[in-house]
Amino acid sequence: MAQTAVVIDYGSGNIRSVQKSLVEASLLLGSRHTLTVTSDPDVVKQANRIILPGVGAFGSCMDGLKALDGMIDALDEAVIDKGTPFLGICVGMQLMAREGLEHGKHEGLGWLGGRVEAIKPANKALKIPHMGWNDIRLNDTGNKHPVVNSLKTGDDLYFVHSYHLKLDGTKPLLATTEYGGAISAIVGRDNIIGTQFHPEKSQGVGLKFLQAFLRWTP
Amino acid sequence: MLKTRIIPCLDVKDGRVVKGVNFVDLVDAGDPVEQAKIYDAAGADELCFLDITASAEKRGTLLDVVKRTADQCFMPLTVGGGVSSEADVRALLLAGADKVSLMTAAVKRPELVRELAQKFGSQCITVAIDVKKVGQDNFGNIRWEIFTHGGRTATGIDAVAYTKQVASLGAGEILLTSMDRDGTKAGYDTELTAKITGSVNIPVIASGGVGTLEHLVDGITKGHASAVLAASIFHFGTFSIKQAKTAMKAANIPVREI
Repeated sequence: MAQTAVVIDYGSGNIRSVQKSLVEASLLLGSRHTLTVTSDPDVVKQANRIILPGVGAFGSCMDGLKALDGMIDALDEAVIDKGTPFLGICVGMQLMAREGLEHGKHEGLGWLGGRVEAIKPANKALKIPHMGWNDIRLNDTGNKHPVVNSLKTGDDLYFVHSYHLKLDGTKPLLATTEYGGAISAIVGRDNIIGTQFHPEKSQGVGLKFLQAFLRWTP
Repeated sequence: MLKTRIIPCLDVKDGRVVKGVNFVDLVDAGDPVEQAKIYDAAGADELCFLDITASAEKRGTLLDVVKRTADQCFMPLTVGGGVSSEADVRALLLAGADKVSLMTAAVKRPELVRELAQKFGSQCITVAIDVKKVGQDNFGNIRWEIFTHGGRTATGIDAVAYTKQVASLGAGEILLTSMDRDGTKAGYDTELTAKITGSVNIPVIASGGVGTLEHLVDGITKGHASAVLAASIFHFGTFSIKQAKTAMKAANIPVREI
């Protein structure tokens, strides 16, 4: 039976880019994923895979999720209780944190200990947003992770963000990038993974990563 | 390390690329989608579409082009030209753009930058400025001003002050074009570029005047830009993206290897 992967549409950003790249990744895999863009919590509960994209500010993205009646409960049920493989992209990844400090303090999904703070590069000459292609470094956990190790240390991926996820502990950290200090590039635990970069905009390397996510059986 | 971006720019009118191109492998040289695919394969770091369609009625054609391009390209796509409302931005994003570029509408009403940045995030809002040298003050400092309508309409607005203003309102990036240099192949106005990049903490894309690979390098080493944009040197096949990256690398500028 074809697997269903859903992209959650909560009024934020580049849904179409995300959807198209997943379709392409699925084609490259030769798999038969049914890709659906949805705002319906029941569709999310039934999905085999869940993708949460996100561009914009932390608070307004969280408000967008909350505005979909029952969506946060559906995510908790599917991802935390049922263990459905989950990918958060950019702010979609940051929302997994306990809280975000962009334009005031906002509660996140709380799946990962940590908070989302403004990037404060040690080198004041560095521009904010951190925008463009930057190379990542996989740590030991990342190197053993079946999705993360579709990439390798030194691969360039496309980043665009002004805030970053500072984890409480290093355990969920899988890869970092460098921008006036270490930035969490990939985080995750169990069936959850999140990327600060945009795999949907990272050409071939990004498509490789998305294929690995679609194959993943955590 | 963050890599310096090399961005080809396509001028699109009524859904067709208007500047002549001589890519050899194109099935349809006027189809922006065909060119976008080639730049995608060549390793361009982003792509910029500038819609110069005269009439608003034909904007639907642009949306279709953006949609078809986004379907086939997996690099960031910025679309500009006539963007003046939240509805315009949303339509472009839904068609597959990743960033939009504002120009005239932001000059007319800078608050629009704040509204759109709050709605879509700063990372999504590029403010394009067309700048001309207009003279010197009594101390010999050059004065640069913002122009609209392809450099035909003077606004009297100081370029540095305006850039600071839109940055503080939430612009995520500045696309800086020197109207004195645009189309001349004489190189970027690196003095202007350095002045603008030094006045804000957001990335600045240098544009206008590239004729050689050295000019791209100058945009970074002398203008301190975060990214370089060029049109004709790439379209006419004078230089490839790969040659541009090789030249930058030789000048110790970090670039993404393809």
